[in-house]
Amino acid sequence: MKKMNMNQDDYRYKIANREALIGIGIVIINFIWWYGFAYGLGSKNPAEYTYILGLPAWFFYSCVLGFVVMVLLIWLVIKLFFIDIPLDELDDKENKQL
Amino acid sequence: MNWQAILPLVLFLIIVFAVGMWAGKYVKRSDSFLQEYFLGGRSLGGFVLAMTLVTTYGSASSFLSGPGAAYNQGLGWVLLSTSQIATGYFVLMILGKKFAIVTRKYKAVTIVDFLKSRYESKWVVLLSSLSILIFLFSAMSAQWIGGGRLIQSLTGLSYIASLFIFSVSVLVYVIIGGFRAIAITDAIQGIVMFAGTLILLIAVIIAGGGVPAIIADLAAENPNLITPFGANADLTPAYVSSFWVLVGVGVVALPQIAVRAMSYKNSRSMHRGIIISTIVVGFIMLNMHLIGVFARPVIPGIEVGDTVMPLLAQTVLPNWLSGIVLAAPMAAIMTTVNSLLLLVSSTIVKDVYLNYIEPTAKERKVKYLSMWVTALLGIVVIVMSLNPPDLIIWLNLFSMGGLEAAFIWPIVMGLYWKKGNKYGAIASMIFGVGSYILFESFYPQPFGMHSVVTSIVIAFIAYVTASLMMQKKHLVIEE
Repeated sequence: MKKMNMNQDDYRYKIANREALIGIGIVIINFIWWYGFAYGLGSKNPAEYTYILGLPAWFFYSCVLGFVVMVLLIWLVIKLFFIDIPLDELDDKENKQL
Repeated sequence: MNWQAILPLVLFLIIVFAVGMWAGKYVKRSDSFLQEYFLGGRSLGGFVLAMTLVTTYGSASSFLSGPGAAYNQGLGWVLLSTSQIATGYFVLMILGKKFAIVTRKYKAVTIVDFLKSRYESKWVVLLSSLSILIFLFSAMSAQWIGGGRLIQSLTGLSYIASLFIFSVSVLVYVIIGGFRAIAITDAIQGIVMFAGTLILLIAVIIAGGGVPAIIADLAAENPNLITPFGANADLTPAYVSSFWVLVGVGVVALPQIAVRAMSYKNSRSMHRGIIISTIVVGFIMLNMHLIGVFARPVIPGIEVGDTVMPLLAQTVLPNWLSGIVLAAPMAAIMTTVNSLLLLVSSTIVKDVYLNYIEPTAKERKVKYLSMWVTALLGIVVIVMSLNPPDLIIWLNLFSMGGLEAAFIWPIVMGLYWKKGNKYGAIASMIFGVGSYILFESFYPQPFGMHSVVTSIVIAFIAYVTASLMMQKKHLVIEE
């Protein structure tokens, strides 16, 4: 029973595993963007800050633009790499296993 | 009493109430009561899925204490809170389709169900049920108290009366409607939260004389407020980054969140859900905390952080509009407690009662039991909120990190690592929660980071080591 349940042969698991890895990739990109702009531009003396739309540049790039970029990236990744698969049990596949 | 502000709030509660009744009809119609009541029949579409994820996650802290901290710390705290954008996509991408497929195969309705089928161990079930009951019950009580206080401050009624209003409005639709009612009302309340954030952001920018003027005022008061390092320059990059674990990726392990990753209809709803929840959670978290910072020049000198947002709304908005905006934190609290209440109830009925006390219980009995347990839990919470015991307050401090340390590896590694076994899961839960409580109590912020980071690392080592060490024994038993 257990062996059948967790069988790794199910073709859908390959897709699911790949998409989970993409998720990890995205969160790493997100973190680097967030950290790089915040501490790269924000570590100098506040008197030397430049401003965009009234906000300090570090904040604008890291938090505001970073948010927009992430939404676009995620939208793109889902359109390009995420595959539509059935989630319910596959009857014929199950029968073969038994 | 301020009727102009109360009226929109009452209207809001009535709508929520009506939806609960409407969704309750599905519970009566559906073939499988358990699947329907605790999981909405796995039928959520992308929009509802996204909204119920975001609103369950966004609680009193996103609308009250979070903006309050931002008010005191400046833009550095907004930076910290934007790590929560990751929750919008990470949960659904990591648990993802694998979780949906596997839980359907197992016919799992709860997280404990999933762990039970994956590890086939009584101890895993008992330990995980216990963690859920302890941590989530105390988290729920804390939010419940927050809900009562909020109504009190809005209406001027006594705390007891406010608590009563809050409790009735939450209990009715949770008891009758179950998961579906919660998910649908979450969607409505999510829209309220989104709109409230937008209105308040615009109002505070106008009241402060535009963004450049507000930033200039902040820099004149204390230049640290516009740096990433906090008002006293003590928010280190390591500390702020560690919130990516606590409120970012670690959220994947919160049972009330993870259970939503098995509730969607098909993979297309999941794709839409990822995009929508990223937009909504990012928008609310970024802007609510930004509002907290912008409030500083507009209403200076506030002592209690939690009151920044209600006071700001009442200052910068006309009465009727502030009523609508203040429905947002109300919604945030309600949407969190309703999911917690249902989850605790499902743990008792499904994971403990049906597993160990009466496995052959009839559908009808399970149905009445579920509703009664939910109602009874509600009453216990109300009684505790009248005079909160210190233990509850203490436990609530550990709730989020504790659950993450307990569940992250048993869930994630259970899905993706074949060799993971029950010994690993048990070791991971014990070491994770144990080390977290010890660190928090005696040695907070090891390596300059939030203790949850260290505990999750320890839990990972425990999971892998125990799984590998006991692998032979595990195989022998299986054969």
